[in-house]
Amino acid sequence: MTNLPLTANINDNRDAVDMAAYEANGGYQAMKKAVLEMSPADCLQTVKDSGLRGRGGAGFPTGMKWSFVPMENVSEGHKYLICNADEMEPGTFKDRLLMECDPHQLIEGMIISAWTLQADVAYIFIRDEYHLATRLLQEAIDDCHAKGYLGKGILGSDFNLEMYVHSSAGRYICGEETALISSLEGKRANPRAKPPFPQISGLWGRPTIVNNVETLCNITHILRYGPEWFKGLGLGEDAGTKLFGVSGRVKNPGCWELPMGTTVRELIEVHAGGMEDGYKLRGFLPGGASTDFLVEEHLDLAMDYDVIAKAGSRLGTGTMIILDDKTCVVGMVKNLVEFFAQESCGFCTPCRDGLPWTAQVLDDIQLGKGRPSDMQTLTDQARFIGAIGNTHCALAPGAMEPVTSALKYFADDFQAYLGGQAAAAADTQDGGT
Amino acid sequence: MATFYIDDKAFEAEDGENILKACLSLGLDLPYFCWHPEMGSVGACRQCALVQYRDEEDTRGRIVMGCMTPVTDGARFSLQGEAPKEFREHIVESLMLNHPHDCPVCAEGGECHLQDMTVMVGHRDRRYRGKKNTHRNQDLGPLIHHEMNRCITCYRCTRYYQDYAGGRDLAAQAAHDHVYFGRHEDGTLESPFAGNLVEVCPTGVFTDKPLVNDYTRKWDMQSAPSVCNSCAVGCNTLPGERYGKLKRIHNRYNNEVNGYFLCDRGRYGSAYTNDESRPGYAGLRNKDGSYDAIQSSQAIKTVADWCGSDKKVAAIGSPRASLESNYLLRHLVGAENFCNGMADNESQLVGRIQEILRDGAVSTPSIRQVETADAILILGQDVTNTAARMALALRQSVRNLARQMAADMHIPLWQDEAVRNLAQDRLSPLFIIATGATPLDDVAEQTLSLSPAEIARFGEAVTAELNGTSASSELDDQAAALAKRVAEALSAAENPIVVSGTGCQSLDVVNAAASVAHALKQDSRMLSYCLPECNSMGSSLLSNQDASLAELGERATRDDIDCLIVLENDLHRRAQNDQIKALLENAGQVVVLDSNVTATMSTANLVLPTTTYIEAAGTLVSSEGRAQRHYPVYLPTEERQPSWRWLLQLGQFLNRDGFDEWEHFDQVTAACAADITALAKITEASPSADYRDHGLKVPRQSHRYSGRTAMLADISVHEPKQPVDDETPLAYTMEGSNSKDKPGALLPYVWSPGWNSNQSLHKFQSEAGGALSGGTAGIRLIEASGSENIASSKTDPDPLPDGHWQLVPAYHIFGSEELSAQSPAIAELIGIESIQLNSVDADRLGATDGDLLHIESNGQSLQLAAEVNDSIASGCAAYRAGLPGGHWIAPNCGATISKAKPGGDHA
Repeated sequence: MTNLPLTANINDNRDAVDMAAYEANGGYQAMKKAVLEMSPADCLQTVKDSGLRGRGGAGFPTGMKWSFVPMENVSEGHKYLICNADEMEPGTFKDRLLMECDPHQLIEGMIISAWTLQADVAYIFIRDEYHLATRLLQEAIDDCHAKGYLGKGILGSDFNLEMYVHSSAGRYICGEETALISSLEGKRANPRAKPPFPQISGLWGRPTIVNNVETLCNITHILRYGPEWFKGLGLGEDAGTKLFGVSGRVKNPGCWELPMGTTVRELIEVHAGGMEDGYKLRGFLPGGASTDFLVEEHLDLAMDYDVIAKAGSRLGTGTMIILDDKTCVVGMVKNLVEFFAQESCGFCTPCRDGLPWTAQVLDDIQLGKGRPSDMQTLTDQARFIGAIGNTHCALAPGAMEPVTSALKYFADDFQAYLGGQAAAAADTQDGGT
Repeated sequence: MATFYIDDKAFEAEDGENILKACLSLGLDLPYFCWHPEMGSVGACRQCALVQYRDEEDTRGRIVMGCMTPVTDGARFSLQGEAPKEFREHIVESLMLNHPHDCPVCAEGGECHLQDMTVMVGHRDRRYRGKKNTHRNQDLGPLIHHEMNRCITCYRCTRYYQDYAGGRDLAAQAAHDHVYFGRHEDGTLESPFAGNLVEVCPTGVFTDKPLVNDYTRKWDMQSAPSVCNSCAVGCNTLPGERYGKLKRIHNRYNNEVNGYFLCDRGRYGSAYTNDESRPGYAGLRNKDGSYDAIQSSQAIKTVADWCGSDKKVAAIGSPRASLESNYLLRHLVGAENFCNGMADNESQLVGRIQEILRDGAVSTPSIRQVETADAILILGQDVTNTAARMALALRQSVRNLARQMAADMHIPLWQDEAVRNLAQDRLSPLFIIATGATPLDDVAEQTLSLSPAEIARFGEAVTAELNGTSASSELDDQAAALAKRVAEALSAAENPIVVSGTGCQSLDVVNAAASVAHALKQDSRMLSYCLPECNSMGSSLLSNQDASLAELGERATRDDIDCLIVLENDLHRRAQNDQIKALLENAGQVVVLDSNVTATMSTANLVLPTTTYIEAAGTLVSSEGRAQRHYPVYLPTEERQPSWRWLLQLGQFLNRDGFDEWEHFDQVTAACAADITALAKITEASPSADYRDHGLKVPRQSHRYSGRTAMLADISVHEPKQPVDDETPLAYTMEGSNSKDKPGALLPYVWSPGWNSNQSLHKFQSEAGGALSGGTAGIRLIEASGSENIASSKTDPDPLPDGHWQLVPAYHIFGSEELSAQSPAIAELIGIESIQLNSVDADRLGATDGDLLHIESNGQSLQLAAEVNDSIASGCAAYRAGLPGGHWIAPNCGATISKAKPGGDHA
């Protein structure tokens, strides 16, 4: 038994673990146990009991998400499991590690999940740039077919599962689960209104579950070691471990598997080696580019979903971006908003038109062409674009989180530009990552 | 019903209805863009925001989109609170970032939904200081003008064009704030329903190109309720006029017929009314063969001389002329001397069809009812190219499976994307058995190309399957299996429909369709026939058993016709050239009443210039049997008169029975109704001239008809007295009343305070998307009387002699109809005359695309270019029907075809 199950097979050279090595380490035992010894209902209960929450950013309890998939009286047709491997959140590079180093871990998790949901077709919807992972996953799928772990009558049971790797066309919005489904159907990658939820009407109108890579990887271990063990891994209120990352002006940027509930301070100071010499920490985006800034006073918070939420931000993907004292806040925020404006699918007005407008205001401010009334414009944008429900999906509200929080914590930086003191402001280099 | 609260006031709406539609139905102004009553909700524009509160204690609430939020009992909303108002204003401010503010030069200006909504939310000062996007516009053909910079990205265009109308060459391209709505490259939009983009687009991206090229603002247009004369569906229209010219045609809502949409033939096909070569004065042929203009009174006297009591007079009416004109002509010459003006075969077909619909047991549906069909058999008809609006309805009916699936999953039907995503490409069963491919094939479960006789036999096989009698058909295995499947699907449906028509020119097909429909057991079964012209049904009801063209031809040969009066009819479209030539030459004097020059008019001894339907009142009966009235939009100029008035004057001059009692249009309608039992109800099609809306006439001009006092100021500064209209309840003025509750048949335009665009329609509806408050226009004349035994048919296999080809008509929405083909924009889309064969048959002739073929049929020789089309049934050769200057081909005669040798001789 290990305390860091997700990366247990991964060595410092990040060699990919092949089928033989994976099985030698006990791989596919959990799958066999689930398919041969456990009912789908038992598996679902196990996942529910584990307290696993989605690792893609929203942190929704996985067992509960699955429980909405109809298991009885389902009309004839497929059920789908989709692995969301379209990792495009700025500053986030955790799923890549899992797929490039231990592809079988993901596939085993997916087979167990598909068994639990009684899905007979699975897709890995992967970011196009992840060429290595795409190749390794396809090889792993082929190996599974050879072994009878995929295909018809898995392990001699009557369980069938086909699995496909689908390379994304390369848009951030494809990571939104319903946009992903639209894209997979060959349509514009526009998100869909909910309800109906994908569990009821998803891919091709059929019951569908979309889970993040890391979430599905955890399933393997939960089934292997049990829910109690999984819950015990977390330090605080959340269960399991998590891949955390830190980028920005730190000595040792990177990605580590750590228990849920590890403090921000430990992440930055111990694992990331603290700030680079000559740089001071001003704030951080705790869970990727679409989360609110937190600041020094939050350093001792535990990286748990609800703890970070209570502080006014989101745990997100758990991969943190650091703001230092020599990076222009306005520039950094503008850079992020421009990214999200570019990645808007163009469907709903607040996102499509509101984000470029916000970026334009930030640009004017940074170029010294801002007006005092721009602060009100930004506040309005934060209010109108920034609330879930005002927009068609969560992209724009996420995009506005750094803006809203920057206005809260770093209003002086904006005012400095507006007061005609552009030159006096710290450093006018563009921020971001 | 659910009781819900808006700003603490209680309202009622249907449980589960979306709150936007509920608000509009209740008369509350809630701005919106992407929602459309016919297309449902997607939540793209975020304009229709309200605040919804959890309960009475909740004072904060949250923003919700009206179009995406169902009404539930006890639900609490704020419409006028600060939060929703600010949000809605912010949405318009965002939408306007890239809008060019070019209203003064935009064809949408003054009837722009974006203008209305901008004013409604109170947005005025722009804060955005960045650059605007600039798009390249496309040439989308002669019908639609494209100006992408005005786009507010509401997605209505592609939702209409792709999702609703099945078009494939207009799409949303690119992403974020560069979304572009256009084609993959410049080119004419392929869908014959593209023109609706003009009304669907909430601003000036897609505008009416002929209007743009000869522009007038909505408020300067005079308009009146009209009925399209381009086919037999009878769509309701709103033609707009200025300076004596038809400027454009908009949809006039009729919830049982065309709903919100027209076809492009209907929208653009009436510009022939502006043709400058139209005769303006009565013309008497002189010795040189040209015409001398004469006084109208002189013309009446001349015709009267030719028609005196000692003369043998015959007359030919027209299925494109009004009932009133046809009735007067028939009354004038007597039924035995009157031909209804259809081709003889066609008259027989339409006569049989009205007999089936009147005496049979299966009812014929309105277009709206067609949309309820959940299993469809089309037997021998290219619906898109002959009754386009019905094809658009059938595209909706195949989605009933999706609606059923959504209902089973408790997904509201207005959740447009959700319903589509759930069903994906699963459709209710549609089967098309025709002589070749049709534009509806893409939504058909199966299609089969057969000759007309085989189509009839296929129908008989389906009937046998339905009746459980053993199918002793000579169908091949594939067709027999399909017949079984069709019978199974029709039997399993709740609302099965059989659609057929005169398209195959085959009585067997008409009968076979009736037999299938009558073999169905459901009470809700439907049977619909597509007819050729706007008043085919009316003409047939008026005059089914009168003289045929062939009889008149014989009489003329016997010198038994001293004078032949031809009403709005180019006879060369009704029979073979030699037959018509003989008729016109042998008849003593030929008098032609028509609006535009035709080959028949050019042979007349005397021409009486008539109005087009745009300039006249008239009653038409659609293929559904719905009598509807069109009103003059503007007064005719020069000496043009409606045909009924010419004929009335002639009858009065001749002192013929009855004519003295009639002076007005309504009296003629009433006389027709009293005389012809089948037409007894036509007086109820629309109110008579004495109808007053709140004591006032209904104005043809809007209350902003600003130009009236100025439009002739270059000639005289004195404003002329407005013409008086004694014939209709409408007035040629701005004064009067256009109230919500007057009869739907009298809606002259839609306009309401704050709602200047066509979106103001909901102010005239009983509920948003529902019937007009004053009732649906038109009156149905035909209801099935109940005989189950109306139909039986047994078609002989292979009616043609060996070595003969079956010539079958191929219709095209642009070109097959006579008058619309003379409208300049439509004329550009007609294409060329050809003869289509499948490649196996073409090989037999040694012919390839473009080779000239020599065709002999019924004594007529033609040379036409071959066009290889593998969908054409084997043994059939399809010719373009009805092209201007094209050939009339005798139906069901068979033909020999050979490859023409260079130089013109045939092999």
